[in-house]
Amino acid sequence: MTTTPDAAQATPPTIADVAEIIVAALNLDMTPDEIDADGALFGDGLGLDSIDILEIALVISKRYGIQLRADNEDNATIFRSLRNLTDYIGSQMPA
Amino acid sequence: MNAPTLPLTDQPRPDSIIAWCADGPVTRDQFLADVAQCAALFPPGGHVLNSCSDRYHFLVGLAAAAVSGRVSLLPPNLTPETVARLAAEHPDLVCIHDGADAIDGLPGLGMPPRAAVGAGGLSVPQIPVNQIISHVYTSGSTGVPGTHLKTWGSLVVNGLAEARRLGAAGHVLVGTVPAQHMYGFESTVLMCLHGGAALWHGRPFYPADIAAALAAVPRPRALITTPFHLRALLDAEVAVPPLDFILSATAPLSEALARRAETTLGAPLLEIYGCTETGQLASRRSTATRAWELLGTVRLAAAGDGHAAHGGHVDGLVRLSDVLETVDETHFILHGRDADLINIAGKRTSLAYLNEQLTGVPGVADGAFLMPDEEPDDHVTRLRAAVVAPGLTAKDVLDALRQRIDPVFLPRPLIFVDRLPRNAASKLPRAELLALFASAAGGGGR
Repeated sequence: MTTTPDAAQATPPTIADVAEIIVAALNLDMTPDEIDADGALFGDGLGLDSIDILEIALVISKRYGIQLRADNEDNATIFRSLRNLTDYIGSQMPA
Repeated sequence: MNAPTLPLTDQPRPDSIIAWCADGPVTRDQFLADVAQCAALFPPGGHVLNSCSDRYHFLVGLAAAAVSGRVSLLPPNLTPETVARLAAEHPDLVCIHDGADAIDGLPGLGMPPRAAVGAGGLSVPQIPVNQIISHVYTSGSTGVPGTHLKTWGSLVVNGLAEARRLGAAGHVLVGTVPAQHMYGFESTVLMCLHGGAALWHGRPFYPADIAAALAAVPRPRALITTPFHLRALLDAEVAVPPLDFILSATAPLSEALARRAETTLGAPLLEIYGCTETGQLASRRSTATRAWELLGTVRLAAAGDGHAAHGGHVDGLVRLSDVLETVDETHFILHGRDADLINIAGKRTSLAYLNEQLTGVPGVADGAFLMPDEEPDDHVTRLRAAVVAPGLTAKDVLDALRQRIDPVFLPRPLIFVDRLPRNAASKLPRAELLALFASAAGGGGR
């Protein structure tokens, strides 16, 4: 993640792209490939909380031009795992 | 002689709107029918843990508890440790929830569907002003949780004083803060019971959710939020429908963010100052003045080397731990929050409480949390902790802490040391702790 494009990305992200966003946005002390694609991002997995999620959502909205939506803060489905989040971003992007 | 009473709500007419749900407005009559239905369904027991995440459900549960003489407990979190402590204190505790929020181990009542409203014109129940309506909790400077009892009389005065100050009557309030915490309780719930406002049932999270919630209700409308949510909303650059005022509390708001919010959203930004013990005490328009104006008939008095609040909805004389300077009878400048109190994205605790939880983890010999100096950029500053725990891994300690404290207070980073730099009096000087983290840090990270 050396440059930030002016316009939103047109192609859906890979799991590695999203892992890199998470590590950079949260300044995590780990490398992107250390995040388990199917492990929990919340709780006793990676340990993210609602503050992290809002920070990540901001980066995603800028980079991919999509706005994340949830019924409420506890609706954690999108962020259940790295794979879920990656799939969600892809599904929200114009085909 | 009977105690004086005040009505459950001062919404003036049977068709006055007290809430907006996904399917439209909720009238006073509908609300009263829902309250009566819920109150009749309560299992026996005098204490209620209201975990409803839908704000209208929370309102109905709170009101149903009040009209049936029950006390609503409003703890700062619902970690297993907290729930176990409350259940031990109140063996008759029941949980009212809206399905997803049922609490394991407590008898529960799910919020029933909307009640049928008959011919209409239901009478508004009266509640004795000295009846205890809710318990709110502070973590306390000694680490021992304190319980504060809120009477109906003081809650009514509290809601009315805030609504008058903000001019909130007739507004629909969209809140990003939970109804269960003092700020959200006062600013999205009490002002609807007394103060003439109406609440939006949801708690929008993502910026696009906030914009959609505002668009779902008519003007005048207001956003009840925190600096953290406000910054995220502005950074996301989503189109936000026109607003009539914005309310922020829980953490200091930078003047830059206040100006940006007013310019971008086209509405005045007001800040509320208060604490759990007293409820809210003062407000200000942050782009116009540094001075806080006390609400209603609340006043400050000198107490020791600090100040205490009294009058209005404040019960007795309550010592304030923050550093204040009075300007005149109704205005003051806030010079600093009590360094021991921690507030992260609207959730409160104290360093002493966190330290007690950390050192209470089996296998932890010593440990301490540190709150770094906040960066003036309205980003969330995270706690750090150092621990002496030979034989434990970081995961062990974090898993144990997760059972005891809200996740937003989990330390980033958690470092392991051989000993903490305690002085002869066993105190941990802040400078020594800062140095410890500086030497442990190989850069950023958590």
